Amino acid sequence: MKKKLIPLGIFVVLVVFLAIGLTRDPHEIPSPLIGKAAPMFTAPNLLEPSQQFSAKDMLGQVWLLNTWASWCVACRQEHPILVEFAKTKTLPIVGLDYKDQNAEGLKWLARFGNPYDHAITDKDGRIGIDFGVYGVPESFLIDKAGVIRYKQIGPVTEEALRDKIVPLIRELQK
Amino acid sequence: MKYWLALVLALQCALSSYAGEATPLAEDPVVEQRMISISEELRCLVCQNESLAGSRADLAQDLRRELRELIKANKTDAEIMDYMVSRYGDFVRYRPAVKPITWLLWFGPFLLLIGAIVMLVRMVRRNQRGAESPVLDAAQRKKAQSLLKDSETPS
Repeated sequence: MKKKLIPLGIFVVLVVFLAIGLTRDPHEIPSPLIGKAAPMFTAPNLLEPSQQFSAKDMLGQVWLLNTWASWCVACRQEHPILVEFAKTKTLPIVGLDYKDQNAEGLKWLARFGNPYDHAITDKDGRIGIDFGVYGVPESFLIDKAGVIRYKQIGPVTEEALRDKIVPLIRELQK
Repeated sequence: MKYWLALVLALQCALSSYAGEATPLAEDPVVEQRMISISEELRCLVCQNESLAGSRADLAQDLRRELRELIKANKTDAEIMDYMVSRYGDFVRYRPAVKPITWLLWFGPFLLLIGAIVMLVRMVRRNQRGAESPVLDAAQRKKAQSLLKDSETPS
């Protein structure tokens, strides 16, 4: 009797493994940068290209780096949530316009609203590469010491904000 | 007239595709060769079943550009791999470094193989033992003996 149960047991284990596999998104690759210092980059401002934004200036505060682009479809879904979130003035949000034309980026902000305290550009995608960005939108929560504490792969959702990001911000801002 | 138009269009197609294929020719074939051999070891994260060498994704093109620059800056292969892994994680390599977190990946298949061999050996042994000594109780033994006797003296 026991022996007959062995194939059934193996089958159940296999099913459990496959079922867990189905719930996971293969495009969500854990970032090795979490817990590491964020790259200290400088980038031109989107609204005033003569001005340079420096990540060093953000040391001492918790901030969110959101990568987006006017050609990015999922960003359109994320944007209203960011606009609403910016109104709460929880933390400074830096928007990195990734591999985009300035004119297109400006048009997008004029049309959908500008949630960013600093809108900056990454025309050749180098800053994105340093952050390990492989598909916008991706967002990074960076603490006072300049360490990346959390990465949102894909759009920031209301649930992610409520359940993960905002509680973590509160904790980091203490 | 129609034919001429068709011919012009066909020529245009041919010319544009020619131009498209000609652009990747790099100025330095040595750099290009090394870039290709490195990028074949790397996964394109956008279309995960393609290598960085073969992918047409935008990110793959950017990363090939970065690789060319790292090669021109005289970085070693190990340094270039570190550059990629520190940004995108072990998953970016088709053959990730052997370390505790990748042990299961590297040695798991051998564990399964050893397990299967052990099970096979045990099964074969059990079957052999069964075939060598069939155990008969007294009644069965008697019956067998009587059967053998019958066959010895044909009636």
